[in-house]
Amino acid sequence: MIQLPTNTTLLRGILTAFIRNEVEKTGLRRVVIGLSGGVDSSLSAMLAAAALGPKNVLGILMPYKSSSPESQAHAELVVQKSSIESLVIDITPQIDAYFERFPGADAKRRGNKMARERMTILYDHSAHWNALVLGTSNKTELLLGYGTLYGDMASAVNPLGDLYKTQVWALAEAMGVSLDIVQKRPSADLWVGQTDEDELGFSYRDVDRLLYLMVDQRYTRTELIAAGFTESFIDDISRRIMNSQFKRRLPVIAKVSQRTIDKDFRYSRDWGK
Amino acid sequence: MSIRTAIAQINPKLGDLQANLALYEEKIRQAIKNRAQLLVFPELSLTGYFLRDTVPSVALTMHAAELTKLKKLSRALPLVAGLVEESADHRFFNSAVYFEDGEIRHVHRKVYLPTYGMFDEQRYFARGDRVRAFDSKFGRVALLICEDLWHPSTIYLAALDGALAVLCPSASPLRGIVDAQVQDDNARYWEMINRTFAETYSLFMIYANRCGFEDGIGFWGGSEIVDPFGQRVAKAAYYDEDFIVAEVALEAVRRKRTMSPLLRDEDMDLTINELMRIRERPASRMVQKFKRSKVQRKRTPRKK
Repeated sequence: MIQLPTNTTLLRGILTAFIRNEVEKTGLRRVVIGLSGGVDSSLSAMLAAAALGPKNVLGILMPYKSSSPESQAHAELVVQKSSIESLVIDITPQIDAYFERFPGADAKRRGNKMARERMTILYDHSAHWNALVLGTSNKTELLLGYGTLYGDMASAVNPLGDLYKTQVWALAEAMGVSLDIVQKRPSADLWVGQTDEDELGFSYRDVDRLLYLMVDQRYTRTELIAAGFTESFIDDISRRIMNSQFKRRLPVIAKVSQRTIDKDFRYSRDWGK
Repeated sequence: MSIRTAIAQINPKLGDLQANLALYEEKIRQAIKNRAQLLVFPELSLTGYFLRDTVPSVALTMHAAELTKLKKLSRALPLVAGLVEESADHRFFNSAVYFEDGEIRHVHRKVYLPTYGMFDEQRYFARGDRVRAFDSKFGRVALLICEDLWHPSTIYLAALDGALAVLCPSASPLRGIVDAQVQDDNARYWEMINRTFAETYSLFMIYANRCGFEDGIGFWGGSEIVDPFGQRVAKAAYYDEDFIVAEVALEAVRRKRTMSPLLRDEDMDLTINELMRIRERPASRMVQKFKRSKVQRKRTPRKK
C-alpha cells in the first residue's frame, strides 16, 4: 500500500524557514491566524510560533453559538501549548443579525457566511496588528475545493498548502499538537455533528493516497485502477479537482489591452522583495 | 597550484539590482578578509531567480555602469557573478560572468533553459550556443549554470576542452520530501551529480547554490566543493545563508589523472563519428523501424 512521505524533521525545517522568509521580506514580523481547534490551524500556529516566536503570533478564536465547546477547548489548548497571543471573538451577533433578514437560508449559506465573517475579522486584525494572515488550508482540501472561497481559503501566506491531510496529521503529532486534536474526526464545525469525511463520502487516508499518485506522481487512470482504486472513486475525484479549479485562481479577466494582469503581465508575488 | 576559493550562498532580493550589488560588495569584502583568491556567486544572484517580466528591467550589457564596481573589485579578487546579460541585439541571457584583474574575461550563457514544471526560463531568456573552457590566472576552468549540468554533454565538452575545475552557479529549488533522506530529493540528486562528475572527469566541482524563498519556492543551499577523487572539500549549510572558503588544490587533478587517465583515453573521434551518424538517423526513427519490422513478422503466416 502506498504511503505518503512524512519526513517531519525536514518538513518542520522547511516550513518554519518559509514562514520566516516570506513574512519578514514584506517588512513585517507578525502573523494572525484563525484557531478553530482543528489540526490544520493548530499546526499552522505551532509552525508560526517556532518560526517567528510566540509573541509575534496572534491566534483568534471565533466561535458561533452552535460551535462545539470541544472546538474552543482544543483551540485554547493550542494557545497554551504554543504560548502565542490570543483573542476570542464570538461571531454570533453579526451572523444572526444578517440571517434575521434571510431566515430560510440553508446550512451551506450559513456555513459560507461564517467562514467569510471570520476572514474579515482576521484581515481587520492583521491590519490593526501589523501582521499577515497565515493560512490553514491543506493540499487535500485545496485540490478537492473543500473550502470557502474568500473565507477559510483566504490568507497571505500558507505553510500547509502543499501538505496532504495525512501529512498534516504526522507533522502535527511530531510538533507536539495534542493527540486529542490530531486523532479527532476532522470537522468544519459549521453545524452540529458535521464531519468532513461524512460530508465528502470518503476518508482522508484513501483520498490522499489517490491524490498523491494522481497529482504528485502523475499516474494515469489505467495505472490508478491497477493500483487498486475503483473507477468511480477516480472519476469522482478527478471531477472535483476540475470543477474546483476556479477556487485556486484569480477571477477571470477579459483581455482587451496589450498586457493583461495574470496573462501577459507576469510578475512574482515577491517582486522587489 | 592551490586556489583559496569562496562561495557566497546568498538570498538576493527579487528584481532589486541595487540591493543585490550592495550584497555582492559585502560578500566580496568578506572574501578578501578571508584571504580568498576566487569568489563564486549563485545563478542570477545579482537579480533574483523568478524574474518573469522583470527580466528586461534588470538586464545589463557587459558595458553597464553597474558592473564597473565589480570589475574594479576583481583586481583584488577574481569572481563569478550570476546575472541577466543583454546582448547588442537585445536578447536576454541567463549568464555567468567571470571577472579578473579589472576585466570581464569570460561569459557563459546558460545553454539548457528549463521550461517545464515550475520553470519557465525559455519564455524569458535566449539560449546560449556554446560551451567553452577558458584560461583564468589559476589555470583552465569552465563555467556551467545549473541545468546545464543535468545534460552530461556539457561537462564532457568542458572536460575535453581542458577544464581542471567546473564553476557552477546554481539556483536549485528544493522539492520532493522522502522519508529515508535527511535532505530533499533535489539536494540528493545534485550531490550525486557533483560527486560523480568530479570523479568521472577528474576535476573539481565548485557548486554555488542560493538559499531563501521566492513565492514559496525555497532554494536548498548546500553549496559544495568536491575534489577529483569525489571527496567533499567544503560544504555550506542546507536551506540557509552561508559563506564557505576552502583550498582547491589543483595538484589533485594531476594525481587523479595519473592514477586513472580516463580523459587521456577518451576517443573523441569515435564520439564525433557516432554523433554524426546518430544525427542523420536518430534513435527514435530506428525504434519505429524496429517496431514496424516486428509487426510485419507477426503477420507472416507460419508454415508447418
